[in-house]
Amino acid sequence: MRASAGKERLAVGVVFYLISAVAVGGALSAVLLKNLVHCALALTLAFLGLAFLFLRLDAQFAGFAQILVYVGAVAILVVFAILLTRGSELPKDGVFSKTWLVGLAIAAGVFAVLAWVVLQAGPWLPNEAAAPQVTVNQIGNALMGRYVLPLEIVAVLLTAALLGAVIVAMHEKEGTK
Amino acid sequence: MATPLTGYLLVAALLFAIGLAGALTRRNAILVLIGIELMLNAANLNLIAFWRYGPHPEALTGMMFAIFSIAVAAAEAAVGLGLVISIYRHAKTTDLEQMNRMKG
Repeated sequence: MRASAGKERLAVGVVFYLISAVAVGGALSAVLLKNLVHCALALTLAFLGLAFLFLRLDAQFAGFAQILVYVGAVAILVVFAILLTRGSELPKDGVFSKTWLVGLAIAAGVFAVLAWVVLQAGPWLPNEAAAPQVTVNQIGNALMGRYVLPLEIVAVLLTAALLGAVIVAMHEKEGTK
Repeated sequence: MATPLTGYLLVAALLFAIGLAGALTRRNAILVLIGIELMLNAANLNLIAFWRYGPHPEALTGMMFAIFSIAVAAAEAAVGLGLVISIYRHAKTTDLEQMNRMKG
């Protein structure tokens, strides 16, 4: 009994490490690759890994929303922007800025501080909790009840962002004619 | 690995640092936006992880925060990429080092 529980926990750990490796590897290649189209594909992989991490955290709704919004919409948007700006052509003088060392140092410092805090707080963090039973019905009730004002504000924000993006990206000459 | 929550928090910290490094070191404006998206996603992972292992997951607070955060990030991506396309039409480049016309 105990051996099977240990084996199960080991399998759960392996799945977590595999999904994390996919997400982190996708993110790393999205940042490091030269060709922007490859970057967009690696970014999609990172989003997919994050969606599976959400699913492993028993947040089914957030996981599928992540797949719909990020893997579906944002990735396509990024690819469109890359192709519209001819970003797939490799730049002549490198893909990293002149101050890349400073940026890398800042990022490494931020990661060091975050990891140190997480590891320090480790013993006080809540341990294994029972998986929460959350249905879409409950989420819908919460969205229509307690969270109805944020929902409406997000609706207004999305409409404003839609109009703003269209106006910003619209051809200027048509307006001046 | 002490607790599963620690693992998720470390992965989120790593993704945040990778996104920050991308936003700070790449020359292309689209890659900077990709870095920002990675940072937002790392924050979402933190929210969901704390919701899952927190004391009151049935209150749905962290989950709702993450869902609204996804919606706001989608709006940000649309407006940001629209801005990049508009700047490209104006300056014929997306290289941030060549956009120095407003330098004092």
